[in-house]
Amino acid sequence: MGMMPLKPPRFAGDAMATSALSPTLSDNGALVERHWQELNLRRRTYTFIGLALLAMALSGCLWFANETNAGKFFDRLPYVFDFVGDLVPRDGAEIVRAMFDLPSPYDDGSLKYNYPEGRIYLAGAIYVPEYFYKMLETLNIAIFSTIFGLFFGFLLCFLAARNLMPNPWVRGLVRRFMEILRAFPEVVIAGFFLAVLSLGPIPAMIAVSIHTIGALGKLFFEVVENADMRPDEGLRAAGGNWIERVWFGIVPQVLPNFMSYALLRLEINVRSSSIIGAVGGGGIGEPLRLSIGQGHEAKTLAIIILLFSTIIAVDHFSAWLRRRLVGDQAFRLAQ
Amino acid sequence: MTVNTMMNAAEMEAIAARHPHLIHGSSRKRIRSALIFAGIALYMIYSWWFFSIGQVLVNANWGIAGTYLADWVSYEVRPDIKIAPDGAMQVVYPRFSPLGPDAKPEWVKIETRMVERAIDAPAAKQQALPTKSSTFSFMAPKSAVGRSAEAEVKPERRTEEVVSRATVNYNRTTSIDVADRMVTATHNGETLLIDLDPASGVRPEGALPDWATQKRPGEKITLAFGMTGWADVDVGKISIHNRFPGWANFIFDTSSPFFNKSFGEVAGLIFAGERLDPARSNLSLAWSNILYNAEWQHLDVWTKLLQTIVMAFVGTLFASIVAFPLCFLAARNITRNGVLNQVTKRFFDFLRSVDMLIWALFFTRAFGPGPLAGMSAIFFTDTGTLGKLYSEALENIDDKQREGVKSVGATPLAVQRFGVLPQVLPVFASQALYFWESNTRSATIIGAVGAGGIGLKLWEAMRTNSDWENVCYMVILILVVVFIFDSVSNLLRSRLMGQKTH
Repeated sequence: MGMMPLKPPRFAGDAMATSALSPTLSDNGALVERHWQELNLRRRTYTFIGLALLAMALSGCLWFANETNAGKFFDRLPYVFDFVGDLVPRDGAEIVRAMFDLPSPYDDGSLKYNYPEGRIYLAGAIYVPEYFYKMLETLNIAIFSTIFGLFFGFLLCFLAARNLMPNPWVRGLVRRFMEILRAFPEVVIAGFFLAVLSLGPIPAMIAVSIHTIGALGKLFFEVVENADMRPDEGLRAAGGNWIERVWFGIVPQVLPNFMSYALLRLEINVRSSSIIGAVGGGGIGEPLRLSIGQGHEAKTLAIIILLFSTIIAVDHFSAWLRRRLVGDQAFRLAQ
Repeated sequence: MTVNTMMNAAEMEAIAARHPHLIHGSSRKRIRSALIFAGIALYMIYSWWFFSIGQVLVNANWGIAGTYLADWVSYEVRPDIKIAPDGAMQVVYPRFSPLGPDAKPEWVKIETRMVERAIDAPAAKQQALPTKSSTFSFMAPKSAVGRSAEAEVKPERRTEEVVSRATVNYNRTTSIDVADRMVTATHNGETLLIDLDPASGVRPEGALPDWATQKRPGEKITLAFGMTGWADVDVGKISIHNRFPGWANFIFDTSSPFFNKSFGEVAGLIFAGERLDPARSNLSLAWSNILYNAEWQHLDVWTKLLQTIVMAFVGTLFASIVAFPLCFLAARNITRNGVLNQVTKRFFDFLRSVDMLIWALFFTRAFGPGPLAGMSAIFFTDTGTLGKLYSEALENIDDKQREGVKSVGATPLAVQRFGVLPQVLPVFASQALYFWESNTRSATIIGAVGAGGIGLKLWEAMRTNSDWENVCYMVILILVVVFIFDSVSNLLRSRLMGQKTH
């Protein structure tokens, strides 16, 4: 699929041979020219076939998606931006009231304007607004599971790295185990623990933690495999055992990268814990889903603003910390 | 000549004294790492309190967790042995028993005899009665006493075949035998006799073994046989739960004409048998019976899985197609216009930071539940992410190639085509493949909020708490798909990126 066009083209010869140099070629030159033309033609054909296949797959997919969707694409297209209407509250101050659980002048006893009912009182008249509390819950789910995943991913990764675990059985077993943790749908883990533990944020924490162990473990063991083995050799020569070699030889050089990956994971976990929340896992996801479903504009907008700014804050904090830890080294986002 | 490289203690101490910072490390650093660890530990304690984790874990119903887990890979058959007040017994299977409508399993042995019984009401009258209590009580003459509506109902005497003895053999060491209001349960060599007396309730003879529990004297006794199953023994009803490994009726459900036939029989019917349905061949009948299997819903599951794959594929493909031209605007070394760079970059940030969840919820409202919503959500989020990554890749390119192309007088478009694209296309394609693969995973989750795909089906199967075997089936399908995509994308990426480690 689209393999050929990605090879660096040998264009320079082509463009210049035909324009700058004269077309009088020796016999050998003509042969080379002809071969090159053939190659070029073949490459173009492959590119064309690849693109045609891609277009066919795409149109098949689009047809299938449209067929199995509840509303048809072209029927619903005029209504796509209806959600903007869902986001226009009665008056601008409503957003602030919804966010800080202040009483609304429009309160008619309906669920739409019952902002103060969500207050969570700490002591006396001091309260935490509902959505701040829920956002904090989501954030805590993300941080807790990142730390949890960091800890167990750290323990597992040394057993999966080729340079530290020569036994292929142990290595393969740990790697397969981490792959399953990573690929196992989070929804299922959350759903299972919802059935066992009843409603609350803990099922979401378990689900996100399990996924994080697998994801971080994989990134970690790749870092460990790229580590410089000279400190390890030194420790081995001095008679260090396996734990001492790992702890004094490998950990100091990989720790900044580990932390940086964990911070990246934190960004992803904030997002996934909000999604898990929407299916019953506690946190901000559920009020968001409910308020969009019931058409409560001010509440929806308040939650979106909170979620949006939290995500931006976490992203920036993590980028800043990563830059301090490993400098300007670029990292791919890993999910 | 050998040099003695061993040092004595005094020499080592002298070195330590000369370079203390190498041996002990800086105290500031040590304090800092100690502080970080203390902070993390404090945070974990705080979270433990914030979520009251300990309490939740203690209060959890761990017993049921085991049952749910067992349900993933096994199924229960639940016959009830009902005992009427006159002592007549009946073995009843629930309506959707995995054994089909008229089951006669080998592990339930029945002895029957003919008796003359008093039956208080005709069938039509029974149904007209308010169904407050269980069906069992309608057979009891006592329940009818004192009701005005019963005045016309004449007790009728009729001769019936009833069960006089029922024996359930769970396995070689476990069995339950019921006859004459006496239950004999045997498990691992221990035998428990239970007397079912309508007046005084359930009374065990002798002490209860540890596999039997009774909350109060006279109440029902629960017999737990571990993975083999369990049973509830009550005065009027003995509920048997016999657990078998495997998935029940995975290919044909109980309403199919092919149900309960061996592979050879089915093959014979398909290739040589007479038409079961005159309208179509046996092969197409069998295939449609498989697709529309009521318990496993194969066609629906496969359609939903395909939706998930399609959502990830189309979403990522469109995202990379849209992000591709935009990233040239965002890269400051390509477009030398600070305002345009910043606007495009902030646009990418906006798309990325509005969570996929929010996009999914909005598009579900716009397009209705289905893959279009999920596709659009993935498209919007990933346009932001891919755009950011692409523009970063563009900003890191080698300028020499560009300068070379420019120096021979190429047009600006040709400079991008021949000077920039060859450097970044492998990176772009590799990133897109990586996101395609990871979106296949996240498409499962956003499906659960209604954005199409297998997520919702998984969620619904879990909600009932009784279809864990269907959950297992879908999870296996998802794992297989994810692993296939994982390896395909890894293979393509390593070919794209050459030998470079990525």
